[in-house]
Amino acid sequence: MSAVPRIEFRGVAKAFDTSGRSVDAVRDVNLAVAPGEIVSLVGPSGCGKSTLLNMTAGLFAPTSGNVEYDGLPIAGLNRRVGYMTQSDHLLPWRNVVDNIAAPLQIAGLPRSEIGRRTEALIELVGLGGFARSYPSQLSGGMKKRTALARLLAYDPDTLLMDEPFAALDAQLRLRLQIELRSLCKKIGKTVLFVTHDLDEAVSIGDRVAVFSARPGTIIRSLPVPLPADRDLVRLRYDPDFMSACAALWEIMAPAIVGEDAR
Amino acid sequence: MKIWLWRAVILATILTTWELAAGRLISLFFVSRPTLIAAKFWQILIDGTLLNNMAVTTGEAVSGFVIGGSAGAVIGLLLGRSQQLAETLDPFIVAFYSLPKVALAPMFILWFGIGLQMRVMFTAIIVLFLVFLSTYTGVRNVSRELVTVFRLMGANERHLMRMVIIPSAFTWIFAGLRLSVPYALIGAIVAEILAGNVGLGYLVEHAAAEFDTAGVFAALAGVMMLALALNYSVRLLERWLMPWREVEEQREIAV
Repeated sequence: MSAVPRIEFRGVAKAFDTSGRSVDAVRDVNLAVAPGEIVSLVGPSGCGKSTLLNMTAGLFAPTSGNVEYDGLPIAGLNRRVGYMTQSDHLLPWRNVVDNIAAPLQIAGLPRSEIGRRTEALIELVGLGGFARSYPSQLSGGMKKRTALARLLAYDPDTLLMDEPFAALDAQLRLRLQIELRSLCKKIGKTVLFVTHDLDEAVSIGDRVAVFSARPGTIIRSLPVPLPADRDLVRLRYDPDFMSACAALWEIMAPAIVGEDAR
Repeated sequence: MKIWLWRAVILATILTTWELAAGRLISLFFVSRPTLIAAKFWQILIDGTLLNNMAVTTGEAVSGFVIGGSAGAVIGLLLGRSQQLAETLDPFIVAFYSLPKVALAPMFILWFGIGLQMRVMFTAIIVLFLVFLSTYTGVRNVSRELVTVFRLMGANERHLMRMVIIPSAFTWIFAGLRLSVPYALIGAIVAEILAGNVGLGYLVEHAAAEFDTAGVFAALAGVMMLALALNYSVRLLERWLMPWREVEEQREIAV
Protein backbone atom coordinates (compact mmCIF):
# COMPACT_ATOMS: atom_id res chain seq x y z
CA MET A 1 0.00 0.00 0.00
CA SER A 2 1.46 3.36 -0.93
CA ALA A 3 1.75 6.19 1.58
CA VAL A 4 -1.33 8.22 0.62
CA PRO A 5 -4.53 6.25 0.12
CA ARG A 6 -6.58 7.10 -2.95
CA ILE A 7 -9.75 7.32 -0.89
CA GLU A 8 -9.86 7.64 2.86
CA PHE A 9 -12.87 7.81 5.18
CA ARG A 10 -11.99 8.95 8.69
CA GLY A 11 -14.67 8.81 11.36
CA VAL A 12 -17.31 9.54 8.74
CA ALA A 13 -20.95 9.92 9.72
CA LYS A 14 -23.83 11.05 7.56
CA ALA A 15 -27.36 11.88 8.62
CA PHE A 16 -30.26 12.71 6.33
CA ASP A 17 -33.34 14.70 7.15
CA THR A 18 -36.38 12.73 6.17
CA SER A 19 -39.73 14.33 6.97
CA GLY A 20 -38.25 16.48 9.71
CA ARG A 21 -36.48 13.61 11.40
CA SER A 22 -32.75 13.14 11.25
CA VAL A 23 -31.81 9.61 10.26
CA ASP A 24 -28.27 8.32 10.49
CA ALA A 25 -27.25 6.57 7.29
CA VAL A 26 -23.68 5.74 8.26
CA ARG A 27 -21.65 6.35 11.40
CA ASP A 28 -18.04 6.04 12.36
CA VAL A 29 -16.80 4.72 9.02
CA ASN A 30 -13.06 4.26 8.70
CA LEU A 31 -11.73 2.92 5.44
CA ALA A 32 -8.64 3.52 3.37
CA VAL A 33 -8.49 2.39 -0.24
CA ALA A 34 -5.08 2.22 -1.90
CA PRO A 35 -4.59 3.30 -5.52
CA GLY A 36 -5.34 0.37 -7.81
CA GLU A 37 -7.20 -1.54 -5.12
CA ILE A 38 -10.63 -3.06 -5.68
CA VAL A 39 -12.75 -2.96 -2.54
CA SER A 40 -16.15 -4.61 -2.39
CA LEU A 41 -18.73 -3.19 -0.01
CA VAL A 42 -21.37 -5.60 1.27
CA GLY A 43 -24.04 -5.28 3.90
CA PRO A 44 -27.78 -5.42 4.48
CA SER A 45 -29.89 -3.15 2.30
CA GLY A 46 -30.20 0.42 3.44
CA CYS A 47 -26.97 0.26 5.42
CA GLY A 48 -25.45 3.24 3.65
CA LYS A 49 -23.07 1.60 1.22
CA SER A 50 -24.24 3.88 -1.58
CA THR A 51 -23.88 6.83 0.76
CA LEU A 52 -20.13 6.18 0.83
CA LEU A 53 -20.01 6.21 -2.97
CA ASN A 54 -22.01 9.43 -3.11
CA MET A 55 -19.64 11.11 -0.68
CA THR A 56 -16.66 9.92 -2.69
CA ALA A 57 -18.25 11.47 -5.77
CA GLY A 58 -18.74 14.66 -3.78
CA LEU A 59 -22.52 14.66 -4.23
CA PHE A 60 -22.75 15.63 -0.57
CA ALA A 61 -20.37 16.08 2.34
CA PRO A 62 -20.31 13.94 5.49
CA THR A 63 -22.14 15.29 8.55
CA SER A 64 -18.98 14.70 10.54
CA GLY A 65 -15.58 13.20 9.83
CA ASN A 66 -13.48 13.50 6.70
CA VAL A 67 -13.53 12.02 3.24
CA GLU A 68 -10.25 12.54 1.47
CA TYR A 69 -9.22 11.83 -2.06
CA ASP A 70 -5.48 11.52 -2.68
CA GLY A 71 -4.94 13.17 0.67
CA LEU A 72 -7.16 16.19 -0.01
CA PRO A 73 -10.68 16.74 1.32
CA ILE A 74 -13.35 16.40 -1.35
CA ALA A 75 -15.03 19.72 -2.08
CA GLY A 76 -17.84 19.78 -4.61
CA LEU A 77 -18.21 17.23 -7.37
CA ASN A 78 -15.22 14.93 -7.58
CA ARG A 79 -14.54 14.69 -11.29
CA ARG A 80 -11.80 12.11 -10.89
CA VAL A 81 -14.34 9.41 -10.25
CA GLY A 82 -16.75 7.72 -12.60
CA TYR A 83 -20.09 6.42 -11.42
CA MET A 84 -21.90 3.36 -12.66
CA THR A 85 -25.19 2.24 -11.18
CA GLN A 86 -27.81 -0.37 -11.79
CA SER A 87 -29.42 1.81 -14.43
CA ASP A 88 -27.18 2.61 -17.36
CA HIS A 89 -27.95 6.31 -17.78
CA LEU A 90 -27.22 6.07 -21.47
CA LEU A 91 -28.70 8.71 -23.74
CA PRO A 92 -31.50 6.99 -25.65
CA TRP A 93 -31.16 9.43 -28.58
CA ARG A 94 -27.53 8.55 -29.16
CA ASN A 95 -26.28 5.30 -30.60
CA VAL A 96 -23.53 3.28 -28.92
CA VAL A 97 -20.61 5.12 -30.46
CA ASP A 98 -22.09 8.56 -29.77
CA ASN A 99 -22.90 7.60 -26.20
CA ILE A 100 -19.30 6.58 -25.65
CA ALA A 101 -18.17 9.78 -27.36
CA ALA A 102 -20.14 12.05 -24.98
CA PRO A 103 -17.44 12.44 -22.29
CA LEU A 104 -14.82 12.95 -25.00
CA GLN A 105 -16.93 15.70 -26.57
CA ILE A 106 -17.26 17.30 -23.15
CA ALA A 107 -13.48 17.18 -22.82
CA GLY A 108 -13.34 19.01 -26.17
CA LEU A 109 -11.23 16.49 -28.05
CA PRO A 110 -10.93 16.85 -31.82
CA ARG A 111 -13.28 14.74 -33.89
CA SER A 112 -10.61 12.44 -35.29
CA GLU A 113 -9.27 11.70 -31.82
CA ILE A 114 -12.78 10.93 -30.58
CA GLY A 115 -13.31 8.55 -33.49
CA ARG A 116 -10.06 6.75 -32.78
CA ARG A 117 -10.73 6.37 -29.06
CA THR A 118 -14.36 5.28 -29.32
CA GLU A 119 -13.35 2.65 -31.85
CA ALA A 120 -10.73 1.28 -29.46
CA LEU A 121 -13.18 1.30 -26.55
CA ILE A 122 -15.84 -0.52 -28.52
CA GLU A 123 -13.30 -3.24 -29.26
CA LEU A 124 -12.19 -3.28 -25.65
CA VAL A 125 -15.65 -3.99 -24.24
CA GLY A 126 -16.55 -6.31 -27.11
CA LEU A 127 -19.28 -4.29 -28.77
CA GLY A 128 -17.94 -4.56 -32.32
CA GLY A 129 -20.79 -4.51 -34.84
CA PHE A 130 -23.17 -2.62 -32.55
CA ALA A 131 -21.64 0.83 -32.84
CA ARG A 132 -24.67 2.26 -34.68
CA SER A 133 -27.36 0.65 -32.51
CA TYR A 134 -29.50 2.72 -30.19
CA PRO A 135 -29.64 1.67 -26.53
CA SER A 136 -33.22 0.47 -26.93
CA GLN A 137 -31.97 -2.07 -29.47
CA LEU A 138 -29.37 -3.50 -27.10
CA SER A 139 -29.65 -6.27 -24.54
CA GLY A 140 -29.05 -5.50 -20.87
CA GLY A 141 -25.49 -6.79 -21.05
CA MET A 142 -24.64 -4.70 -24.09
CA LYS A 143 -26.02 -1.61 -22.39
CA LYS A 144 -23.74 -2.33 -19.43
CA ARG A 145 -20.79 -2.67 -21.77
CA THR A 146 -21.67 0.63 -23.39
CA ALA A 147 -21.93 2.31 -20.00
CA LEU A 148 -18.60 0.76 -19.01
CA ALA A 149 -16.94 1.94 -22.22
CA ARG A 150 -18.29 5.45 -21.62
CA LEU A 151 -16.95 5.30 -18.07
CA LEU A 152 -13.52 4.28 -19.34
CA ALA A 153 -13.65 6.92 -22.08
CA TYR A 154 -13.17 9.76 -19.67
CA ASP A 155 -10.59 7.80 -17.83
CA PRO A 156 -11.39 8.55 -14.18
CA ASP A 157 -8.85 7.05 -11.77
CA THR A 158 -11.60 5.65 -9.57
CA LEU A 159 -14.70 3.73 -10.55
CA LEU A 160 -17.67 3.84 -8.20
CA MET A 161 -19.92 0.92 -8.97
CA ASP A 162 -23.26 0.54 -7.27
CA GLU A 163 -24.60 -2.93 -8.03
CA PRO A 164 -23.88 -2.41 -11.70
CA PHE A 165 -24.58 -6.00 -12.67
CA ALA A 166 -27.54 -6.65 -10.38
CA ALA A 167 -30.09 -6.81 -13.17
CA LEU A 168 -28.15 -9.27 -15.32
CA ASP A 169 -28.36 -13.03 -15.55
CA ALA A 170 -25.73 -15.16 -13.81
CA GLN A 171 -23.61 -16.05 -16.88
CA LEU A 172 -23.48 -12.52 -18.20
CA ARG A 173 -22.71 -11.21 -14.78
CA LEU A 174 -19.77 -13.58 -14.46
CA ARG A 175 -18.40 -12.50 -17.83
CA LEU A 176 -18.66 -8.85 -16.96
CA GLN A 177 -17.06 -9.47 -13.57
CA ILE A 178 -14.13 -11.14 -15.29
CA GLU A 179 -13.80 -8.34 -17.79
CA LEU A 180 -14.15 -5.60 -15.23
CA ARG A 181 -11.53 -7.13 -12.97
CA SER A 182 -8.98 -7.77 -15.66
CA LEU A 183 -9.58 -4.35 -17.23
CA CYS A 184 -9.19 -2.54 -13.96
CA LYS A 185 -6.07 -4.46 -13.06
CA LYS A 186 -4.60 -3.85 -16.49
CA ILE A 187 -5.18 -0.10 -16.49
CA GLY A 188 -4.80 0.33 -12.74
CA LYS A 189 -8.21 1.66 -11.68
CA THR A 190 -9.24 1.98 -8.06
CA VAL A 191 -12.71 0.54 -7.57
CA LEU A 192 -15.36 0.77 -4.89
CA PHE A 193 -17.85 -1.95 -5.71
CA VAL A 194 -21.18 -2.12 -3.87
CA THR A 195 -23.01 -5.42 -4.12
CA HIS A 196 -25.51 -7.64 -2.35
CA ASP A 197 -24.00 -10.75 -3.86
CA LEU A 198 -21.33 -12.18 -1.57
CA ASP A 199 -19.83 -14.38 -4.32
CA GLU A 200 -19.50 -11.30 -6.48
CA ALA A 201 -17.92 -9.35 -3.62
CA VAL A 202 -15.25 -12.02 -3.15
CA SER A 203 -14.54 -12.69 -6.82
CA ILE A 204 -14.21 -9.02 -7.77
CA GLY A 205 -12.58 -7.58 -4.67
CA ASP A 206 -9.05 -7.50 -3.38
CA ARG A 207 -10.75 -6.78 -0.08
CA VAL A 208 -14.30 -6.96 1.22
CA ALA A 209 -15.64 -4.42 3.68
CA VAL A 210 -18.68 -5.65 5.60
CA PHE A 211 -21.30 -3.20 6.82
CA SER A 212 -23.60 -3.53 9.79
CA ALA A 213 -27.29 -2.70 9.49
CA ARG A 214 -28.34 0.95 9.52
CA PRO A 215 -26.84 3.15 10.73
CA GLY A 216 -24.10 1.39 8.83
CA THR A 217 -20.55 1.09 9.90
CA ILE A 218 -17.80 -1.19 8.69
CA ILE A 219 -17.66 -4.12 11.08
CA ARG A 220 -15.03 -6.15 9.26
CA SER A 221 -12.57 -5.66 6.46
CA LEU A 222 -11.51 -8.99 5.01
CA PRO A 223 -8.62 -9.35 2.58
CA VAL A 224 -9.51 -11.79 -0.18
CA PRO A 225 -6.94 -14.63 -0.12
CA LEU A 226 -6.86 -14.99 -3.90
CA PRO A 227 -4.20 -14.05 -6.44
CA ALA A 228 -4.53 -10.78 -8.34
CA ASP A 229 -4.92 -12.53 -11.69
CA ARG A 230 -7.59 -15.00 -10.74
CA ASP A 231 -9.54 -17.26 -13.03
CA LEU A 232 -13.10 -16.30 -12.25
CA VAL A 233 -14.55 -19.27 -14.12
CA ARG A 234 -12.73 -21.89 -12.08
CA LEU A 235 -12.96 -19.83 -8.93
CA ARG A 236 -16.20 -21.57 -7.96
CA TYR A 237 -14.34 -24.70 -6.87
CA ASP A 238 -11.26 -23.01 -5.48
CA PRO A 239 -11.13 -23.93 -1.76
CA ASP A 240 -9.76 -20.48 -0.88
CA PHE A 241 -12.71 -18.86 -2.65
CA MET A 242 -15.16 -21.12 -0.89
CA SER A 243 -13.69 -20.52 2.53
CA ALA A 244 -13.64 -16.75 1.92
CA CYS A 245 -17.33 -16.82 0.92
CA ALA A 246 -18.13 -18.99 3.93
CA ALA A 247 -16.32 -16.60 6.25
CA LEU A 248 -18.30 -13.73 4.75
CA TRP A 249 -21.54 -15.63 5.21
CA GLU A 250 -20.71 -16.20 8.86
CA ILE A 251 -20.28 -12.48 9.43
CA MET A 252 -23.34 -11.53 7.40
CA ALA A 253 -25.72 -14.20 8.68
CA PRO A 254 -26.91 -12.40 11.82
CA ALA A 255 -27.64 -9.27 9.81
CA ILE A 256 -29.45 -11.22 7.12
CA VAL A 257 -31.59 -13.12 9.59
CA GLY A 258 -32.26 -9.88 11.42
CA GLU A 259 -33.33 -8.25 8.19
CA ASP A 260 -35.82 -11.04 7.56
CA ALA A 261 -37.21 -10.90 11.05
CA ARG A 262 -37.85 -7.16 10.81
CA MET B 1 -56.94 -4.18 -44.95
CA LYS B 2 -60.14 -5.32 -43.30
CA ILE B 3 -60.18 -2.31 -41.04
CA TRP B 4 -60.27 -0.05 -44.10
CA LEU B 5 -63.26 -1.93 -45.42
CA TRP B 6 -65.08 -1.35 -42.15
CA ARG B 7 -64.19 2.29 -42.19
CA ALA B 8 -65.53 2.61 -45.73
CA VAL B 9 -68.75 0.87 -44.69
CA ILE B 10 -69.22 3.24 -41.76
CA LEU B 11 -68.55 6.30 -43.90
CA ALA B 12 -70.92 5.09 -46.62
CA THR B 13 -73.65 4.41 -44.05
CA ILE B 14 -73.33 7.87 -42.55
CA LEU B 15 -73.37 9.58 -45.95
CA THR B 16 -76.31 7.54 -47.23
CA THR B 17 -78.37 8.14 -44.10
CA TRP B 18 -77.56 11.80 -44.28
CA GLU B 19 -78.44 11.98 -47.98
CA LEU B 20 -81.75 10.19 -47.49
CA ALA B 21 -82.74 11.93 -44.25
CA ALA B 22 -81.92 15.42 -45.48
CA GLY B 23 -84.96 17.18 -46.88
CA ARG B 24 -87.25 14.38 -45.63
CA LEU B 25 -86.65 14.02 -41.88
CA ILE B 26 -84.59 17.15 -41.32
CA SER B 27 -84.81 20.36 -43.23
CA LEU B 28 -82.14 20.98 -45.85
CA PHE B 29 -81.68 24.37 -44.25
CA PHE B 30 -80.05 22.75 -41.21
CA VAL B 31 -78.02 19.89 -42.58
CA SER B 32 -77.85 20.43 -46.33
CA ARG B 33 -77.05 17.17 -48.15
CA PRO B 34 -73.79 15.36 -49.05
CA THR B 35 -74.32 15.69 -52.80
CA LEU B 36 -75.03 19.42 -52.50
CA ILE B 37 -72.01 19.87 -50.26
CA ALA B 38 -69.81 17.95 -52.69
CA ALA B 39 -71.04 20.13 -55.55
CA LYS B 40 -70.38 23.29 -53.54
CA PHE B 41 -66.97 21.98 -52.50
CA TRP B 42 -66.11 21.24 -56.12
CA GLN B 43 -67.28 24.71 -57.15
CA ILE B 44 -65.15 26.60 -54.59
CA LEU B 45 -62.27 24.28 -55.34
CA ILE B 46 -62.45 25.02 -59.07
CA ASP B 47 -62.88 28.79 -58.76
CA GLY B 48 -59.93 28.97 -56.36
CA THR B 49 -61.91 30.34 -53.40
CA LEU B 50 -61.10 27.33 -51.23
CA LEU B 51 -57.38 27.18 -51.96
CA ASN B 52 -56.87 30.93 -51.64
CA ASN B 53 -58.55 31.05 -48.26
CA MET B 54 -56.92 27.85 -47.15
CA ALA B 55 -53.52 29.29 -48.02
CA VAL B 56 -54.25 32.33 -45.81
CA THR B 57 -55.33 30.18 -42.85
CA THR B 58 -52.40 27.83 -43.32
CA GLY B 59 -50.02 30.76 -43.36
CA GLU B 60 -51.48 32.15 -40.13
CA ALA B 61 -51.60 28.80 -38.37
CA VAL B 62 -48.08 27.82 -39.41
CA SER B 63 -46.51 31.21 -38.57
CA GLY B 64 -48.31 31.31 -35.25
CA PHE B 65 -47.27 27.75 -34.64
CA VAL B 66 -43.61 28.45 -35.35
CA ILE B 67 -43.48 31.71 -33.35
CA GLY B 68 -45.50 30.39 -30.42
CA GLY B 69 -43.84 26.97 -30.49
CA SER B 70 -40.28 28.25 -30.44
CA ALA B 71 -41.02 30.93 -27.82
CA GLY B 72 -42.78 28.32 -25.68
CA ALA B 73 -39.92 25.86 -26.00
CA VAL B 74 -37.30 28.48 -25.09
CA ILE B 75 -39.24 29.78 -22.07
CA GLY B 76 -39.94 26.20 -20.99
CA LEU B 77 -36.24 25.32 -21.15
CA LEU B 78 -35.22 28.43 -19.21
CA LEU B 79 -37.80 28.06 -16.46
CA GLY B 80 -37.26 24.32 -16.35
CA ARG B 81 -33.58 24.87 -15.56
CA SER B 82 -34.16 27.65 -13.06
CA GLN B 83 -36.16 26.31 -10.16
CA GLN B 84 -36.20 29.64 -8.37
CA LEU B 85 -37.50 31.64 -11.31
CA ALA B 86 -40.14 29.01 -11.97
CA GLU B 87 -41.33 29.04 -8.36
CA THR B 88 -41.50 32.83 -8.32
CA LEU B 89 -43.47 32.99 -11.53
CA ASP B 90 -45.72 30.01 -10.80
CA PRO B 91 -48.87 31.89 -9.68
CA PHE B 92 -48.67 34.20 -12.70
CA ILE B 93 -48.28 31.29 -15.04
CA VAL B 94 -51.22 29.42 -13.52
CA ALA B 95 -53.37 32.55 -13.59
CA PHE B 96 -52.59 33.22 -17.21
CA TYR B 97 -52.95 29.58 -18.15
CA SER B 98 -56.43 29.40 -16.60
CA LEU B 99 -57.57 32.31 -18.73
CA PRO B 100 -59.45 31.10 -21.81
CA LYS B 101 -57.29 32.52 -24.58
CA VAL B 102 -60.31 33.25 -26.77
CA ALA B 103 -61.21 35.99 -24.29
CA LEU B 104 -58.00 37.74 -25.33
CA ALA B 105 -59.11 38.09 -28.94
CA PRO B 106 -60.77 41.53 -28.55
CA MET B 107 -57.63 42.87 -26.89
CA PHE B 108 -55.49 41.51 -29.69
CA ILE B 109 -57.78 43.26 -32.15
CA LEU B 110 -57.20 46.51 -30.22
CA TRP B 111 -53.45 45.96 -30.29
CA PHE B 112 -52.86 44.58 -33.73
CA GLY B 113 -55.93 45.59 -35.71
CA ILE B 114 -57.88 43.06 -37.73
CA GLY B 115 -55.15 42.12 -40.17
CA LEU B 116 -52.89 39.16 -40.61
CA GLN B 117 -50.65 40.24 -37.75
CA MET B 118 -53.42 39.95 -35.18
CA ARG B 119 -54.39 36.48 -36.34
CA VAL B 120 -50.81 35.24 -36.27
CA MET B 121 -50.17 36.67 -32.81
CA PHE B 122 -53.40 35.25 -31.45
CA THR B 123 -52.48 31.79 -32.73
CA ALA B 124 -48.97 32.17 -31.37
CA ILE B 125 -50.11 32.99 -27.83
CA ILE B 126 -52.32 29.90 -27.72
CA VAL B 127 -49.57 27.61 -29.00
CA LEU B 128 -46.98 29.25 -26.75
CA PHE B 129 -48.71 28.18 -23.58
CA LEU B 130 -49.26 24.59 -24.57
CA VAL B 131 -45.70 24.14 -25.77
CA PHE B 132 -44.27 26.03 -22.81
CA LEU B 133 -46.07 23.84 -20.29
CA SER B 134 -45.10 20.56 -21.83
CA THR B 135 -41.48 21.66 -22.37
CA TYR B 136 -41.32 22.80 -18.77
CA THR B 137 -42.67 19.47 -17.56
CA GLY B 138 -40.19 17.69 -19.81
CA VAL B 139 -37.20 19.59 -18.45
CA ARG B 140 -38.34 19.02 -14.88
CA ASN B 141 -38.60 15.32 -15.64
CA VAL B 142 -35.03 14.90 -16.81
CA SER B 143 -33.53 12.36 -14.47
CA ARG B 144 -31.35 14.01 -11.84
CA GLU B 145 -29.16 10.93 -11.79
CA LEU B 146 -28.51 11.32 -15.50
CA VAL B 147 -27.58 14.95 -14.96
CA THR B 148 -25.24 13.97 -12.10
CA VAL B 149 -23.57 11.28 -14.17
CA PHE B 150 -22.87 13.90 -16.84
CA ARG B 151 -21.65 16.43 -14.30
CA LEU B 152 -19.17 13.88 -13.04
CA MET B 153 -17.96 13.55 -16.62
CA GLY B 154 -17.13 17.24 -16.42
CA ALA B 155 -20.18 18.60 -18.25
CA ASN B 156 -20.98 22.29 -17.69
CA GLU B 157 -24.45 23.81 -18.05
CA ARG B 158 -23.97 24.32 -21.79
CA HIS B 159 -22.97 20.69 -22.36
CA LEU B 160 -25.87 19.53 -20.21
CA MET B 161 -28.33 21.63 -22.20
CA ARG B 162 -27.07 20.39 -25.53
CA MET B 163 -26.47 16.75 -24.74
CA VAL B 164 -29.06 15.93 -22.10
CA ILE B 165 -31.74 18.52 -21.40
CA ILE B 166 -32.83 19.61 -24.87
CA PRO B 167 -32.94 16.10 -26.36
CA SER B 168 -34.82 14.83 -23.28
CA ALA B 169 -37.27 17.66 -23.56
CA PHE B 170 -37.72 17.03 -27.30
CA THR B 171 -40.24 14.28 -26.73
CA TRP B 172 -42.26 16.64 -24.57
CA ILE B 173 -41.86 19.60 -26.89
CA PHE B 174 -43.33 17.48 -29.63
CA ALA B 175 -46.13 16.26 -27.39
CA GLY B 176 -46.92 19.93 -26.88
CA LEU B 177 -46.66 20.67 -30.59
CA ARG B 178 -48.97 17.81 -31.52
CA LEU B 179 -51.44 18.95 -28.92
CA SER B 180 -51.19 22.48 -30.31
CA VAL B 181 -52.19 21.70 -33.90
CA PRO B 182 -55.96 21.90 -33.36
CA TYR B 183 -55.50 24.90 -31.05
CA ALA B 184 -53.41 26.70 -33.61
CA LEU B 185 -56.30 26.24 -36.02
CA ILE B 186 -58.78 27.39 -33.38
CA GLY B 187 -56.69 30.51 -32.96
CA ALA B 188 -56.50 31.23 -36.66
CA ILE B 189 -60.13 30.44 -37.38
CA VAL B 190 -61.65 32.19 -34.38
CA ALA B 191 -59.62 35.24 -35.30
CA GLU B 192 -60.89 35.05 -38.86
CA ILE B 193 -64.49 34.65 -37.75
CA LEU B 194 -64.20 37.60 -35.38
CA ALA B 195 -62.24 39.90 -37.57
CA GLY B 196 -61.43 39.08 -41.11
CA ASN B 197 -62.48 39.04 -44.71
CA VAL B 198 -60.31 36.17 -45.78
CA GLY B 199 -59.42 32.64 -44.61
CA LEU B 200 -61.33 29.44 -43.93
CA GLY B 201 -62.91 30.89 -40.81
CA TYR B 202 -64.23 33.77 -42.87
CA LEU B 203 -65.49 31.29 -45.47
CA VAL B 204 -67.48 29.41 -42.81
CA GLU B 205 -68.83 32.59 -41.30
CA HIS B 206 -69.68 34.18 -44.64
CA ALA B 207 -71.56 31.10 -45.90
CA ALA B 208 -73.49 30.92 -42.62
CA ALA B 209 -74.39 34.60 -42.87
CA GLU B 210 -75.88 33.91 -46.31
CA PHE B 211 -77.75 30.85 -44.96
CA ASP B 212 -75.72 28.74 -47.36
CA THR B 213 -75.59 25.50 -45.33
CA ALA B 214 -73.82 23.54 -48.06
CA GLY B 215 -71.21 26.30 -48.18
CA VAL B 216 -70.66 26.02 -44.41
CA PHE B 217 -70.13 22.29 -44.61
CA ALA B 218 -67.85 22.61 -47.64
CA ALA B 219 -65.70 25.13 -45.77
CA LEU B 220 -65.65 22.88 -42.71
CA ALA B 221 -64.43 20.02 -44.87
CA GLY B 222 -61.60 22.31 -45.93
CA VAL B 223 -60.77 23.04 -42.27
CA MET B 224 -60.71 19.34 -41.52
CA MET B 225 -58.33 18.64 -44.40
CA LEU B 226 -56.02 21.39 -43.26
CA ALA B 227 -56.02 19.99 -39.70
CA LEU B 228 -55.15 16.52 -40.95
CA ALA B 229 -52.35 17.88 -43.13
CA LEU B 230 -50.86 19.87 -40.23
CA ASN B 231 -51.06 16.89 -37.91
CA TYR B 232 -49.31 14.73 -40.43
CA SER B 233 -46.57 17.33 -40.98
CA VAL B 234 -45.83 17.49 -37.26
CA ARG B 235 -45.60 13.72 -37.15
CA LEU B 236 -43.21 13.67 -40.12
CA LEU B 237 -41.07 16.35 -38.51
CA GLU B 238 -41.02 14.36 -35.29
CA ARG B 239 -39.92 11.21 -37.05
CA TRP B 240 -37.23 13.10 -38.91
CA LEU B 241 -35.86 14.86 -35.82
CA MET B 242 -36.09 11.90 -33.45
CA PRO B 243 -35.01 8.79 -35.34
CA TRP B 244 -34.41 6.88 -32.11
CA ARG B 245 -38.11 7.01 -31.27
CA GLU B 246 -39.04 4.84 -34.17
CA VAL B 247 -36.50 2.27 -33.07
CA GLU B 248 -37.98 2.38 -29.60
CA GLU B 249 -41.43 1.64 -30.92
CA GLN B 250 -40.16 -1.47 -32.67
CA ARG B 251 -38.34 -3.00 -29.74
CA GLU B 252 -39.67 -5.91 -27.76
CA ILE B 253 -41.46 -4.73 -24.70
CA ALA B 254 -40.40 -5.94 -21.30
CA VAL B 255 -42.56 -5.35 -18.27
